[in-house]
Amino acid sequence: MMNGKALSRILGAALALLFLPAVLQAAGIISDNSFGDDNEIMVEFSTPVDGEAVQNTDNYTVFEENDPDIRLKLEEVVLAPDNMSASLRFAAPLNTTQTHVVKIEGISGKAEEIFRVSKSYLGYLFSVLIGSLLIKNFVFTKYLGLCVFFGTSKKKTTAKGMGVVFTLVMVATGIMSWFFYQYVLKPYNLTFLQIVVFIGLTSLTVQAIDTILRKVNPVLFNSFGVFLVLVIANCVVIAVPLIMASNEYNFFETFMLSLGAGGGFLLALYLMSSVSERMRLAKIPPTFQGLPIAFIVAGQFAMAFLGFSGLKLF
Amino acid sequence: MANDKTNFQLVANGILAENPIFKLALSMCPAVGISTTVMNGVMLGIAVLFVQVFSSVTISLFKNVIHPRIRIPTYTLTIATWVTVIDLTLAAALPEAYAKMGIFVKIIVAFAIITMRLEMFACKEPVQASFWDGLGMGLGFLVGMVVIGFVRELLGSGAILGYDVLGFKPLLFFILPSAGFFVVGLMMAFFNYIEIAYKRSKGQK
Repeated sequence: MMNGKALSRILGAALALLFLPAVLQAAGIISDNSFGDDNEIMVEFSTPVDGEAVQNTDNYTVFEENDPDIRLKLEEVVLAPDNMSASLRFAAPLNTTQTHVVKIEGISGKAEEIFRVSKSYLGYLFSVLIGSLLIKNFVFTKYLGLCVFFGTSKKKTTAKGMGVVFTLVMVATGIMSWFFYQYVLKPYNLTFLQIVVFIGLTSLTVQAIDTILRKVNPVLFNSFGVFLVLVIANCVVIAVPLIMASNEYNFFETFMLSLGAGGGFLLALYLMSSVSERMRLAKIPPTFQGLPIAFIVAGQFAMAFLGFSGLKLF
Repeated sequence: MANDKTNFQLVANGILAENPIFKLALSMCPAVGISTTVMNGVMLGIAVLFVQVFSSVTISLFKNVIHPRIRIPTYTLTIATWVTVIDLTLAAALPEAYAKMGIFVKIIVAFAIITMRLEMFACKEPVQASFWDGLGMGLGFLVGMVVIGFVRELLGSGAILGYDVLGFKPLLFFILPSAGFFVVGLMMAFFNYIEIAYKRSKGQK
């Protein structure tokens, strides 16, 4: 019970930390701001503002927080009729994952007004999750883990067990390899060893989960243990740390990526096994029996998953 | 541990009888993922050939030293080392082609086919036979990748190795990423058809 309480307290604190920036932002004459279209920042004012000063693009300085030297070119500022909100249109699309800093000179008597525009961090994390779960599903759009995918998607129960074990292993290896990458490989300039280190970590994690599960929960081990052996030599599991390393993800992003990748694999296995169970009742020409028809079904799923590309929630 | 097959038979076995892509259906990921052109197939095929041959030879050299209980981790680390070598070499020598293949060069480390050959062949047989077996398996993979790439590039963009052959694009669909599944599935069905037809004609005679 104590553990549960402590855990929920830690979780609460973490959530509060994540929300903090959103609360701090709302102050001063700018009451609210957000990203609009690809090349647009929306600003709302707390009082009506002087139209001429606001609409003069020379009064603005806009840059990404990481690159203060690169000024973004502002095309025009469109003020709403009630002078309470404006939309800043830029020449080029903005990179909305970055925090943007906007400086306005000479509105409402103040010399300079600075505010930051950023997406809600939780929303961004959620988009990483959805991205690896649906938009870049590891099986249907990245074509990884196909051996296990075709091997174990014959029965729904097998598919579910396999997917759950994969998700667990991927989250565990993702987090462990993040720590190793950030605190061992990068400080000592050993990033060229990433393949060796990540595959070693994966095998170690699988072995550890195998041993722990056997002792702690024999019932669970009996139902899931057989799948663990298959996990070691699988490209889905090793792909997560490699993507994490090449994108320089932080801890939360890595967690979301591995969760989404595992969940996506579970989803793919479950969908495929549902079709396989129905296919057993169908009359399939002898030339297509077995793997060929499975590939064609997977191809149709891949086409369906193409529909998720361009999905934007935040 | 005498091996009764000749070197030529070992190579032919990898290309035909136990072709990794079409017969054993292992290492399917790159066959579906990046087989859009012949060039991609050749590049990744060469990378796999390199890793397979060198891992087989390494394991075969050290087979008497490796304790049976730690043989799987040893295989994994051997493969990972050679994959790192080819990964860094390709990134330095052919940066453009390397960028096209993306993560798949690094993923070679998890290819079931390489581990399987080490477990089934290289850890029992002498160095020379392991070399030829690895060469055969690598060539089999290379041939499979090239065949799929040939079909997809010819039908998808009407070209071979980037040269326009047909002058028009018969089926643009084949160059799309998701068509990889269809092409591999249809080719497997085609080989099945030939096999069934061959058996039937034999049975009638």
